[in-house]
Amino acid sequence: MPAAIFLIAFTYYPAVATLAKSFFSQGTALKPSEFVGFENFEYMLGDDVFWKVAWNNIMYAVGTIPISIALAILMAVWVNGKLPLRSLTRMAYFTPTILPMIAVANIWLFFYTPDIGLLDQVSAVFGLPSHNWLGDPDTVLGCIIAITIWKEAGFFMIFYLAALQTLPLELEEAARLEGASRWYYFRRVMFPLLMPTTLFVLINAVINSFKLVDHLFILTKGGPDNASSLLLYYIYEVAFSFLDQAYASTLTVVLLLALALIAVGQFYFLDKRVHYR
Amino acid sequence: MSTPNQHRQWTYYLETVGAWALALLWILPLLYAFWSAFHPREYAITFELFAPLTLDNFKTAWNQAPFARYFLNTFILVTMILAAQFVLCTLAAYAFARFEFPGKNIAFVMVLLQLMIMPEVLIVENYVTMSKLNLVDTITGIGLPYMASAFGIFLLRQTFKTIPQELEDAARVEGCSRLQILWKVYVPLARPTYIAYGLVSVSHHWNNFLWPLVITNSVSTRPLTVGLAIFGAPESGVDWSIITAGTLLAVAPLLIAFLLFQRQFVQSFMHAGIK
Repeated sequence: MPAAIFLIAFTYYPAVATLAKSFFSQGTALKPSEFVGFENFEYMLGDDVFWKVAWNNIMYAVGTIPISIALAILMAVWVNGKLPLRSLTRMAYFTPTILPMIAVANIWLFFYTPDIGLLDQVSAVFGLPSHNWLGDPDTVLGCIIAITIWKEAGFFMIFYLAALQTLPLELEEAARLEGASRWYYFRRVMFPLLMPTTLFVLINAVINSFKLVDHLFILTKGGPDNASSLLLYYIYEVAFSFLDQAYASTLTVVLLLALALIAVGQFYFLDKRVHYR
Repeated sequence: MSTPNQHRQWTYYLETVGAWALALLWILPLLYAFWSAFHPREYAITFELFAPLTLDNFKTAWNQAPFARYFLNTFILVTMILAAQFVLCTLAAYAFARFEFPGKNIAFVMVLLQLMIMPEVLIVENYVTMSKLNLVDTITGIGLPYMASAFGIFLLRQTFKTIPQELEDAARVEGCSRLQILWKVYVPLARPTYIAYGLVSVSHHWNNFLWPLVITNSVSTRPLTVGLAIFGAPESGVDWSIITAGTLLAVAPLLIAFLLFQRQFVQSFMHAGIK
């Protein structure tokens, strides 16, 4: 089982080593690393940046997940129906999925640039003053969220599209004969039937909200004043800019705990799916 | 008052327009990138229908950064990961699908754990491992953590399980060894899964950024995404048209492949997602 060796080397061992390291202090040339118990964790609880970053991550999840899922369902319903230029529309929705986050960030950076950016040009038409979208702590997270929604909605659409194609057509016919409105049909028939897909997408979306930090490197570097920093980005900063691997490990433990919580939900859910296949 | 039929007609039109508007909004950033990459820089922010077209931006971008090298690195990386994934995941998936061994279920749950804990999360500790193995700043170093992919194992196991046991038994009667059976019976029958998984894997690693950024620090190992990030950094002072040109260069291979094999791509992602 060669695969097992790789998994052990790059998933389990690091996870355990991370946990172990989080209890030690950062070794320096003069002072070797030593066991400090929960000191790193205590430091973390007192670290304002950690709380800010954790809060940002929650806001990021709350901001991206419901909207991208709603948009994904809408897209799937449209693309699944009889729409003129259907495959072209589907292509437009899906294209962001295959672009690298870095490229996406490069393009969007331009939209957010003060004065000459597209967003400012549009708002200038309505006589609004120029705004530094990425430089303002109040708007920067919103900007990041918008990009993520744009990137993810088309990806999630695919799963809904697959699910919609398995729904029997008779259901919609029956609903129409009964005189049910489309909204009623969606709310009482389609949405409940899509529930397994929604759960699957939801879990993916939650994981992504911890994982998708690439665009921060281009757009904001977590700034201004950590207003757009997310947990994984902060870990990167602590480990490779501040060179404090012990504290970075402590932060990683928090991230692992969060993922483990989701994992419990996932296993419960996966078991059911695997079963009926 | 409109009749219900007219009403339905109207919502249909309205929805069509809505769907198109959303599609336009979704493709707009990319269209804009094309606009600014193919026009001289003074047209980057003003839109004139008949602005002169140019390829100069691409030339400048290509010459300003070692894109050829980045392309090569990414290509080697993606090929290496894919080849290793196919071999490792096939063996592991076959074992999980057809062998009985003690602790099988626990082992499988452990594999699935990686679906949650992706290598990205463990950048700190993996970096330490890589420096112990002396693999920092090598392309192998970028690829190694991804080679045993839980996702691949899971996907292939599900596919192998649908292949009738009788086929394997028949092959064994013919005198095939287990490896021969795997190679001649299972792999050919699972071809759609391999294609689907391959497409997903290639596009994922073509676009991957964080781990390569951490582990590389020279031109000879950097993949495209990392090269692009350095190229596009505001401090480097390149102008918009050139950045968008460089960006388009980097995404071109995937984008063209996607446009050509659109159906295949969409179905692969779908197939991979449903599991």
